[in-house]
Amino acid sequence: MKIKWALLTILFTIATVLTGCDNPLMVLDPKGPVAATQADVIMISIWTMSFVVLVVMVLYIFMIMKYRASKQRDDYEPPHIEGSKVLEIIWVAIPILIVAFLSVVTVKTTNEVEATPKGYGDQEPLVIYASSSNWKWHFSYPEEDIETVNYLFIPTNRPIEFKLYSFGPISSFWIPQLGGQKYAMSDMVNTLHLAADVPGEYMGRNSNFSGSGFAQQTFNVNALSAKEYDKWVDEIKATAKPITEEKFNELLKPGHVGQSTYTGTHLEFSPAPEGENAGHDHGSSDTEENDSKDTHEEHSEHSNMNHDH
Amino acid sequence: MDYFDRFAVPHPSPAIYASMVAIGLTMIAVVAGITYFKKWGYLWREWLTTVDHKRIGIMYILAALLMLFRGGVDALMMRAQTAIPDNGLLDGQHYNEVFTTHGVVMILFMAMPFIIGLMNIVTPLQVGARDVAFPRLNAVSFWLFFMGAMLFNISFVVGGSPDAGWTSYFPLAGNDFSESVGSNYYAISLQIAGIGTLMTGINFIVTILKMRAPGMTLMKMPMFTWSILITNFIIVFAFPVLTVALALMTMDRLFGTQFFTMANGGSDMLWANLFWVWGHPEVYIVILPAFGIYSEIISTFARRNLYGYNSMVISMVAISTLSFIVWAHHFYTMGHGAMVNGIFSITTMAIAVPTGVKIFNWLFTLWKGKIVFTVPMLYSLAFIPIFTLGGVTGVMLAMASADYQYHNTMFLVAHFHYVLIPGTVFAVLAGFTYWWPKMFGFMLSEKIGKWSFWFIIIGFNVTFFPMFITGLDGQARRMYTYSESTGYGPLNMLSFVGAIGLAIGFALIVYNIYWSTRYASRNISNDPWDARSLEWATHTPIPEYNFAVVPTVDSTEAFWDSKKKGFKLFGGKVEKIHMPNNSGVPFIMSCIFFVWGFALVFSMWIIAIIATIGIFACMIHRSFEKDHGRYISVEEIEETENKLRGAK
Ligand code: HEM
Ligand SMILES: [Cu+2]
Repeated sequence: MKIKWALLTILFTIATVLTGCDNPLMVLDPKGPVAATQADVIMISIWTMSFVVLVVMVLYIFMIMKYRASKQRDDYEPPHIEGSKVLEIIWVAIPILIVAFLSVVTVKTTNEVEATPKGYGDQEPLVIYASSSNWKWHFSYPEEDIETVNYLFIPTNRPIEFKLYSFGPISSFWIPQLGGQKYAMSDMVNTLHLAADVPGEYMGRNSNFSGSGFAQQTFNVNALSAKEYDKWVDEIKATAKPITEEKFNELLKPGHVGQSTYTGTHLEFSPAPEGENAGHDHGSSDTEENDSKDTHEEHSEHSNMNHDH
Repeated sequence: MDYFDRFAVPHPSPAIYASMVAIGLTMIAVVAGITYFKKWGYLWREWLTTVDHKRIGIMYILAALLMLFRGGVDALMMRAQTAIPDNGLLDGQHYNEVFTTHGVVMILFMAMPFIIGLMNIVTPLQVGARDVAFPRLNAVSFWLFFMGAMLFNISFVVGGSPDAGWTSYFPLAGNDFSESVGSNYYAISLQIAGIGTLMTGINFIVTILKMRAPGMTLMKMPMFTWSILITNFIIVFAFPVLTVALALMTMDRLFGTQFFTMANGGSDMLWANLFWVWGHPEVYIVILPAFGIYSEIISTFARRNLYGYNSMVISMVAISTLSFIVWAHHFYTMGHGAMVNGIFSITTMAIAVPTGVKIFNWLFTLWKGKIVFTVPMLYSLAFIPIFTLGGVTGVMLAMASADYQYHNTMFLVAHFHYVLIPGTVFAVLAGFTYWWPKMFGFMLSEKIGKWSFWFIIIGFNVTFFPMFITGLDGQARRMYTYSESTGYGPLNMLSFVGAIGLAIGFALIVYNIYWSTRYASRNISNDPWDARSLEWATHTPIPEYNFAVVPTVDSTEAFWDSKKKGFKLFGGKVEKIHMPNNSGVPFIMSCIFFVWGFALVFSMWIIAIIATIGIFACMIHRSFEKDHGRYISVEEIEETENKLRGAK
């Protein structure tokens, strides 16, 4: 037993030294309010759970050390003990309190990360459509009327509303340092709210297995100050070629491509699966063509209950 | 496509050719060996046609051990591939096939059958019964599982392996993105094995409810039997969902229906929901029996009765109920909003409460005990802290807002191995070592057992602990490669080293079986561990009829009381015993199922139709058959009893 714990401690130390010191773990090194909330939740849960582990370990070591046969008289006969109401109530009640505490934390923070990031409520979010295809990411900026492939530029200090969907298998859009992930699926659009506080380059990837090219389905995220971001947009508009349906269909073919930039977005000819008849059938028989903005609102209501525009 | 081309593997590699050769040679060797030693008759009479729950149990365990090694080799291959950045050992496609197979094999063809094997051997004995309620159905269950497993395994060399993960999410597993027959194999082999499991569920519920020894009320059943009863209820409620999901999947893949595709009103989310409505209870199907096994072993080797019997039972019932209302925690990120996620977070975390009750009860079973560190006890004791780590990380994962960061990362992989390996693998190894003398009449070497224990425990932690860290550092699961700049290299290398340690530990178990079979003493008592429940009250090896006289029971530990307080277990006198006859039909019918499955995988309709008729023919044959079993006479019983008593 002693050897085991010694080894575990060594292992743990090595592991933390290897990764912990020079650069902190990505998820625990947030660069935006959503990831910060999540890192806080993670730390709260680690501390709470350490307490549980500690209690179990203390009891465990005590029992194993004290009641081993080798420490006892040969003729010792262990007693028959049925159990104890008091003790059992304690170890039901305390876990219930812990779970209740963590439930409150969870519900509160889940609402928080599903809404416009804290402190950004008064700003109009920048909407970016992020769609995946085997094994790429397409980013459409309707506001700027540009589109990028496999890389993402965002302004700092502005809430971003990602509209996620997929032209293939389920993918998961994830930028660990800005916040947790959400699925991009072919039959509906998911909304993910993120924001970056700090300019910098971040790793983004698809984290849901989507076939043989999945491991390399990554994208770079560049968070720039508002001024630099505007400069980048202007530059793109001046230099990039327009995205055509032909070009876009070519991009959709399975395979890896490098980064590229276009003016215009694919939303014009390949719209996102939003609204009433977007494949994801809610059972409504309403066939009337709605104004796309309305149906979009309605859909977000449905898929994101605590989401306010 | 040419007729024969479709049986070719779409992504051949040297490993696959090597396996083909190895499988071919092994089959030739096995057939030649059996013929040479003239064992065909013996094999047929004693094993292939048996309806004896003990033999069926042994066959389950044998198959499960084989599958443990199959899945283990897959695991080693994965760890070898990811040990260094940008490694070229396996390509993406191959890695995907490997982790898919690994997951399916480990859960469905290793953990489940191992548990079912132990429950086959032990449960009837623990409740003082002579057999299970439906012995012949039991044989059908085993052979269906076996044929399902074989069908799944040949996918590696015939036609292509499934490659969409053990979860087989749509649309990835649909025809558009998964063109090879791999996912057909998945759907059909799981279906065949699943039907077998469902029948096992019914069989054991009836056995436990109807065939307990006189005096054994529900609240006097041993804890292992309790865990099995509850597990089988979960099976009966969960498996029909899998049956339906796989049937829909089969129709999507073979007949062009669109239940799970995005066009025409199909929904990929429907698959995810159906899969996990079965899948989450499934993990409790493989973990609850472990709780039973540990309860038996801890109380045996702490030399004390189980602490808090009633709360142990209540907590298991609570866990089984809760296990059905947490499934959506597997896809918090599918976008169902804060409200739904909040509810599923709370139900999920609630499971921690009854689980905690059990942990504390085990700890207090040690209290004032007299702990002996045998190999089964070592596994049980190692389980407590390791499973606690797995459990607390489970609570962390249950918190939806944080799970957005852990989902699909190595953190999750670390978590589920931290619950599944101590929760299932250690348990079956412990149970297997513990009940081995009952099955075979000799003990496994404690010394070799301890060596393999330490290799496994240390290897396990070295393999999986680093994954918590790489997960928090952004390493996604199912990634076959990563670049040097990510910095994941050293920890993945450490994992690989641990995996080698694990492999050595498992290899030592095989060596132990070999060594003990050759050298261990056959002169052991019926009750070598000084245990507490009824399975130890009969002879070793166990006669076909289990108990010459049906035992009577008046406490949870009747056998212990009979040893310590002189309680009389066997009051009645010997009478003739009714036993079922062996039958070849279960085996034959399952072989036809295999052909049926194979034909469906490759859409060979004529063969499939003929096989379907064959299956029905077997059932019709059974319903017109007049087979009322046979009686073992009093003289025969007494002769057997005297011989067994004399041997001691
Ligand atoms: C014996 C040592 C084992 C090792 C070294 C090992 C290692 C691994 C690795 C490397 C992965 C893939 C991670 C990834 O890239 O996503 C994996 C996945 C998995 N393992 Fe294990 N494993 C072991 C035992 C087990 C056992 C005993 C079980 C179940 C009882 C199990 C169940 C699974 C499952 C369900 C998956 C997920 C497969 C999927 O993603 O589709 N493993 N394991
Ligand atoms: Cu679950």
